[in-house]
Amino acid sequence: MGVLAASAVVDDSACFVVDLDQFNGPLDLLLILIRDEEVEIADIPIARIAEQFLERVHGLGLSAAAEYLEMAARLLRIKAQMLLPRRGEDEDWADPRAELVRRLLEYQQVREVVGLLETLSETRRSHFVSGYVAPERSETSPPLLLSLAELLAAADRVIRMVRHPGMHDVIPRALDVDGAMATIRALMLRSSLVRWVDLVSRTAESWELLSALLALLELARRGELRLRQVKPFGPMEIWRDAASEAA
Amino acid sequence: MTRLAKLLEAALIASGRPAAPDELLALDSEASPACILAALDELRRQYESEGHGIELVEVAGGWQILTRPEFTEAIERAQLAARPQRLSGAALETLAIVAYRQPVGRADIEEIRGVSVGGMLRQLLDRGLIDVEGRSEGIGRPLLYGTTPVFLEHFALRHLGELPRADELAIALRAQPAPLA
Repeated sequence: MGVLAASAVVDDSACFVVDLDQFNGPLDLLLILIRDEEVEIADIPIARIAEQFLERVHGLGLSAAAEYLEMAARLLRIKAQMLLPRRGEDEDWADPRAELVRRLLEYQQVREVVGLLETLSETRRSHFVSGYVAPERSETSPPLLLSLAELLAAADRVIRMVRHPGMHDVIPRALDVDGAMATIRALMLRSSLVRWVDLVSRTAESWELLSALLALLELARRGELRLRQVKPFGPMEIWRDAASEAA
Repeated sequence: MTRLAKLLEAALIASGRPAAPDELLALDSEASPACILAALDELRRQYESEGHGIELVEVAGGWQILTRPEFTEAIERAQLAARPQRLSGAALETLAIVAYRQPVGRADIEEIRGVSVGGMLRQLLDRGLIDVEGRSEGIGRPLLYGTTPVFLEHFALRHLGELPRADELAIALRAQPAPLA
């Protein structure tokens, strides 16, 4: 069977890359086969052509393309139909190839027009038109010719027009540095070495963090305690030394 | 050269694309269609008799000034202009079917070519070679495609009637009148 013969061809040429575009479709491939075999379209030796079609489809790695597989199936069906016994001089016998022949003739005519169009476009390609090209309208808007005062005045007008500007309200939240200093002093009384994580809870809000930090810095400035951080972003240690105790 | 001929020359150089006689008429309120045609003829003769590097051609229902083919290679070598890319065989097949069967739907084109053509139709639409002409009354009301003036320009045709009629081709298509203008 042709399929088996073809698979051997595939193995031999597995690394052989074939351009899928060399055929414009299954009908194109069929027409080429018919021309190579020098047979009449109207009287295709279907068994031979079908076998060659399959061979080419497999050999060229075209089997991935559904259109070629569909044509292969069609050819095999016609081949099977041709093998069915005919009863004598049956007047009603319809050539199973008829539809394929019609399509091939139609397609051949399309190829003929393609040849004509190729010639025409090749002739046209050898002429140039004049080169004036309308400048493309730029997509970006021109730079603003506007002073800052004008811009702010305009923004002000817009804000006035809106009944409720709905802008974000900033609520002042005082930092409690004194409170934090008192807490730290209390902690330092109990142990001479305190870590940053002992000062603030994990759930502390930012104002608490800030208060603690400012309190630490203030106490360190006053000499009540010392701060040490061994490496950047490392844990911060807070301790009292004897000298500061004395003071 | 008459003033009108010079005006037409300038207008055609500026336009680049083929300009229809109606459009050219707008150049001079006093000129009649016959004057325009006479001036175009004057311009064409001028280019021919004096040996210019350009020529005046009638294409896609209009007039266009083109460079002469004998200089194309030199111009391209000097990289002053580049020839457009050739259309692929698949594109030409699709265009041929649209040209002869328009208005035609995608399914009919696929039937004739034996391959799916959705992507190809989109490319041809993008290049302006075909356009949607309407919708079929059939199931799903599929889009119908036809060729455009850009198609005529691409193949240097004055009108679709310049393509050979289907029955003049070596093998006649199945009984379907070719609706050529």
